[in-house]
This record gives sequence, C-alpha cells and structure tokens, in this order.
Amino acid sequence: MRWSIPDSETGHDGEPGMKALTNRSLLAGCVITGLIALMALVSFLWTPYDVTKLVVADRTQAPSLVHWFGTDHFGRDIASMIMVGARNSIAVALVAVGIGMGIGVPLGLFAAARGGLLDEALMRLNDLVFAFPALLSAIMITATFGPGAVNAIIAIGIFNVPVFARVARAGALSVWPREFILAARAAGKGQALITVEHILPNIANQLLVQGTIQFALGILAEAGLSYLGLGAQPPMPSWGRMLFDAQTRMTIAPWMAMFPGMAIVITVLGLNLLGDGIADLLDPKSRRRR
Amino acid sequence: MRLLEIEKLSLSIGAVPVLKDVDLSVRQGEIVALVGESGSGKSMTALTVMQLLPHAARVSGRVLLDGSNLLEAGEEHMCTLRGDDIGMVFQEPMTALNPLKTIGEQVAEGIRWHTRSSRAEAEERALQILDRVGLPETKFPLSRFPHELSGGQRQRVVIAIACALKPRLLIADEPTTALDVVLQAQVLDLLRDLVAENRMGLLLISHDLAVVADMADRISILRNGQLVEDGETTHVLSAQTHPYTRQLAQASTHVPEIRATTTRNKPDNTQAPLLAVQNLTRDYPGRRISLFRRGASTRAVDDVSFSIAPGRSVALVGRSGCGKSTLARMVLALDKPTAGEIRFAGESLTGRSEADLKPARRNMQVVFQDPYGSFDPRQRVEKLVAEPLHLLEKKPSKAERHEMVASALAEVGLGPDALDKYPHEFSGGQRQRISIARAIITRPKLVVADEPVSALDVSIRAQILDLFADLNARLGIAYLFITHDLTVARAITDEVMVMEEGRIVERGPTHDVLDNPQSDAARELVAAAPDLSRALARRLREQG
Repeated sequence: MRWSIPDSETGHDGEPGMKALTNRSLLAGCVITGLIALMALVSFLWTPYDVTKLVVADRTQAPSLVHWFGTDHFGRDIASMIMVGARNSIAVALVAVGIGMGIGVPLGLFAAARGGLLDEALMRLNDLVFAFPALLSAIMITATFGPGAVNAIIAIGIFNVPVFARVARAGALSVWPREFILAARAAGKGQALITVEHILPNIANQLLVQGTIQFALGILAEAGLSYLGLGAQPPMPSWGRMLFDAQTRMTIAPWMAMFPGMAIVITVLGLNLLGDGIADLLDPKSRRRR
Repeated sequence: MRLLEIEKLSLSIGAVPVLKDVDLSVRQGEIVALVGESGSGKSMTALTVMQLLPHAARVSGRVLLDGSNLLEAGEEHMCTLRGDDIGMVFQEPMTALNPLKTIGEQVAEGIRWHTRSSRAEAEERALQILDRVGLPETKFPLSRFPHELSGGQRQRVVIAIACALKPRLLIADEPTTALDVVLQAQVLDLLRDLVAENRMGLLLISHDLAVVADMADRISILRNGQLVEDGETTHVLSAQTHPYTRQLAQASTHVPEIRATTTRNKPDNTQAPLLAVQNLTRDYPGRRISLFRRGASTRAVDDVSFSIAPGRSVALVGRSGCGKSTLARMVLALDKPTAGEIRFAGESLTGRSEADLKPARRNMQVVFQDPYGSFDPRQRVEKLVAEPLHLLEKKPSKAERHEMVASALAEVGLGPDALDKYPHEFSGGQRQRISIARAIITRPKLVVADEPVSALDVSIRAQILDLFADLNARLGIAYLFITHDLTVARAITDEVMVMEEGRIVERGPTHDVLDNPQSDAARELVAAAPDLSRALARRLREQG
C-alpha cells in the first residue's frame, strides 16, 4: 500500500507549500543568525559608544537619534552594550555546545555500538548528570570555582553532554538494526568503522538540529547565569546582566529591559529556524530538487 | 443494480496524473479484482472510493455507491459510510492497528460509533465477529493487545474491524502481501466465506495474478492509471488477449531461459562441499520475567545440518518465523550459533575473530529482501557497491575501485551513470540490481539471498531472477535462496530444503520436492502456494 502518490520514492512532492515554508525558515534563520553574528564581529572594531565609559549625565535616557536604544543607569549606550554582549553570548553558547557535542556524541555512539552492561552503566551515569537542573549545576560549579565567563561555559557545556549523548545513542540505536548495517558487517567492517561511515552520517542532521537548539538554550542559560551574577563579570556587558540591571528600573526605563530581552528572543528564534531549515536541507531526498 | 459503479474516474495529484478514465463496477456478493504493478493506481482507486485521498488530489468522473455519487458527498456523510457501508482491509497488519489499544476496543470502536450502542452491546458484537474470523474468546480475549498476536492473527483483527458492521462493500488492499503463503491461503478463504455469508461486494486489490485467479469473479487490469483489460476472470486470464495481460501472466510464472534450456548437472559428490553446516543450533534467551529470572529460551534453529556444493543453487523455504533468516545470518557469520559448526570452503567459521573471517567473507556475500532498506541513504552508489572491497587484502586505488564498481554494475545491467547517484533515485528493481552488484563485486563463491524478489513487481521479479540465473551460469556462484515463494524456488534452484520450527524436515531436488512433497510442512506449503495455471485449470473445470 502506497499511501502517498504512486511515485512515492521521490518523497515530499505531496506538499509543495510545506517545502517552500521550510525553505523560507532556513533563509530567515540564516539571515537572523547572520545579522547577530555580524553584529558581534563588528563590535570588535566599532561600537557607537565605548561601553566601558560611564557618562552619568546621560543616564536612563529614552531611545533617541543619539542613543538608538537609550542608555542605562550609568549612561552607557544600550545599542553598544547589546553588540558587545552578543559576542559574549555567542562565544559562551558555541563553546558550550562544542563541549557537549565533543564528549556527548562519542559517548552515545560508543554506548549504542557496544550495548549491554556498558551501555546501561553509561546511560545511567548520564541520567545522573541530567537529573540536576542545568541552572542548579551551573550555580554549583560557579559557586565552587567562582563566577566568570569560563566557568559558565564549562557549566553549560557539562549540562549539554547528556543531551547529545542521548540523541546520538537513540539515533544510532535506530540505525544499527537496519539492513545496510548488516550488509556492512557482511563486508567485514567493524563497529568503529561502521559507526564512522554509516551511523554518524545518518544521525548528523538530528545532531545538527539538536546543536542549534542547544545553542539557543546555551544563550538562554548564559543570560540566566549572568542575570544571577554568575556569568560574565562587569564591566563586560552581557544580555542577562543587562536584564538584571533593568529589573529594578522597569517603570522608569522600560527600554533597558526591552532591547536585551528582544535580542535574546530574536537570536533564539533565528537559531531555531536555522535548525529546522538545516534538517530539511540535509535530507538527501530533497537535495536533488534544489 | 450495481453496488459500486465507477465511471470515467480520473485523478491527478498536484501535476502528476494518477488515474485516467477508469471504469469499474462491483455487484452484491461479487469479488472483483483490481490488478496492477506498483504505481499503477490501484490503491488510489481504493482511496478515491473511501474519499481518503491526499489534499492535493483532483478528481473527476463519478463514483456511485447504490446510485449516490460519493465524490459529491460531504466529509460528514462519508464518515457515516466508512466502516459502516464500506469496510477496508489494509496491507500491513503491523501498522493498521493501534498498538496502545486492545483488540476488543479497536473492533468495538466502529460498532459504537456507527450504531450508538452501549459499550456492553458493542463488545458483545465484537466478540461475535472476532469469533467469526477465527479468534475465539477462549483463546483471544478482547483484552489482547496487537503485539501479542502474530501477523496472520492481526490481519484477522483488521478484517474483523472491517466486517464488524457487515458492510455492503469491502475493499481489501493487498490483504495478504505481508503474510506467508499458508496464512495467505487462510486469510483468502476467510474473505471468500465472509463475502458469501453477507452478500458483500469485495474489491480485491492485488499484484498477484495467481491469488486473483482463485478468488475473483471478474478482474480489471490497471496499468499506469489506465484500464488495460477487464472481464470475467477465467476468460481474461486464459485468453490473455491483451499483450500486457499476457506479459503479467508470463512474468508471474517466469523461469529463466538458461535454466529452462540447460539440463542441470547432478550434484558432483566427489567435489568437496563449499558450505557445510553441522548440527547448528541457535537459542534466543527468554524475556526477562524478573530481575533474576528469565523465561524459557526459544530455539530458532534446531540441530540443522546440510551442505552446498560449489555452483549449486539451493532454496531454503518455510513459513515466516521458521528460522530461515536466523540460519542465514549464522551462515554469514553475522550471528553466533549456540552450538554446532559451519565450515566454508573447508575452514570453520565458528569462533573466529573478525580479522580471521575476512577471507571467508570475501567469498560469501548477501542480498537482502528490502531494496529500500539495504542501502545507506546518505552514500552514493559508487561507495555503496564498493563496500565489500574493504575485504580485499590489498586496498585498491581510487581508479581501480572505480573500475571494479563500474564493471560490477555492468554485470547487473546498469550503466556507469549510476555511479554518482543516491539509492533513492532508483526504482525497486534497479536497487535490487545494485544490491546484487555489491554482492558480486568481490567475486564470491556463495551468495545468500534473503527473499530477494518478494518486494518486487512480477515483471521486475522476472528480470531479477534472470539476472540471478545468468550470474550462476557465468560466474559459477552458488546460492542459498531464502524464500517463502515456491514459484521462485522452482524457477531458479536445483535443490530445496524445507524448514519448519527450526528444523529442516525435507530436502531434495527442487522438482521432486515441490511436485511430490513428503513431509507435512512441505505438503502444506505446496497446497497453499498460489499457482496461476492450477487455479485456472480448477476454475475452468468447475465451470465445465
């Protein structure tokens, strides 16, 4: 029984509308993520104002032509702070995802390939790490080793490990029983080679999508930690820190909360769109049609 | 008055035309077969009647059920018809049932919905119909879940759901394709009886002419969405006036020419066997009952011994679940036997390390059933076919590899333009050719083929069987052919082994075993196997 149209092998043709939509989400994701990244890069060379310079006379000014996003309670330009904060957020999330992938994926693949008691032990260990709420474990780490961007990265990274280990293991387990793996084994390939040649490419898009999601969560986690004062330390601007500063001045200077908040929302949205788009792009069935 | 009348039905999905001017009718108590190869639009015809087409579908023509046009009926009206006046049986019993609901709930669901009866009444009726389809309450209470039933039993549940309200029209879309021949015969008998009892009309969709020849009063043959021929079954199939009908009929009983012309040499006993299996046993541990206890283990393969001489083609036949595939995996050293020994070309395979197995693996390759699942979807054909080259002592250079893959593809009738494509760009038959190319690239002495043609259309199946026969004749490759289809066994093998519950119960030259089976298991298989010429002969006799 062929449930789609007769030429079912070509896949997606059934819903051309859906396809254009996912295409558009890739485009939107790329544009948004690109702009944020560009903003972070430009901040190395140029910002409208110096974010370390306090101009008390200009404090809590509403958005105007002079200060596009207004100024904070020390008279710093919020637009400049968001630009510099972006590079902090991106760096923290990127390295944290790198740590999570670098440790988690091999761990998950290894557990799936070996199976049995070893798999069980590794995954229960994973559960143990996973059982701690991410922020709690981050607070524990920063409380022990002191606050700072590096410790925040490590804390968020450790929280990412079990996520990637699980996704990798679950994906690998669904690929292992397939017939082409059996064919590879009949060709005398060992577990390691099969994992590299067949398993990893077949779960790569799941990992990549998870990666963009974790990247977005990393940015949120970094903002959360900075909000609690456990992330990047002043004078280094960070989006979470800016929200914290804005909290007590919500009624008199709402722009202080609005713009960093929007920066977080837009970045997370852009990354999620990007993840969706990538998942579609990496499907070889649709590749031919582009 | 006709129960179902389809007039000038045309259907397109998006820009793809699917059906063109199809006329079809079903009377009360009549079985009409709709036959065609995959992509011919059979299933789409069924879905049009049920009004379950995808959204992008455009339909024209008329579909009359008792004189009212279903194409103009609203969704609400269709909901009252589906399940009540029109029942449908799907192909895949594994996915047609909800795994989270008991069979009682699933059968009673439609009854409650359509008759607005109480739960107790509905369950009472569910019991009756389940009893009727051969699942009596004493053995199969309503509280069973689908996973607790076998494939054949599940298909009976699906039939019970479709027939619970005694629909006037039953549509069965390849109802037995996923079942082995013995179960197929049982399910077909059941359908025939239900039709006779309730004077239902049955629209039976199938790709198998042999099945249809035995069942249907009338037959319609569909090709590329157009009706090729229709009429009374025995007449259409015995006259075979249309070339396509003839082509289908011949393909379904196809015997490769090489095998038909050359007399097969008797097994040469002086030659050492290529493969020798001795007292092979495989136990699977039982399900864990508690932390410290396991259930009784199941014996999938039980004390099996046999041997295959070089260049011989041997069929391993049996019902599903009899241990055929487990045996094949052990022969391929992909699964470890619990006891016994496998010797390949004089060397024992049991207890060898992966490195020591390399020479044996080089001479022993595999072709799987599913031409869709046996390739990594993310690799190109060149890399896929080259995979067994990993077994060579000396790694071939890139140019050599390219050359070897191209020649292997040429061997199976594919051009070098296939090298850079992905597997999904090929049809099922082409994929099976690629699969064979992968199997022969190391020039093996034995190829184990696990139901290699059962997922293919009859005309494609004939081509692939030709290819197997050709490779056997030219390259002297021995085959272990696992199949439940006796026509395939007859077409391409010298010897047959019949397996039942893990044991080999009969073995001998193919024609002797299939024409004159000795064991009960073999007799059962032969009796249940659909056979076009036999079915036609019987029906012609009945008609006088």
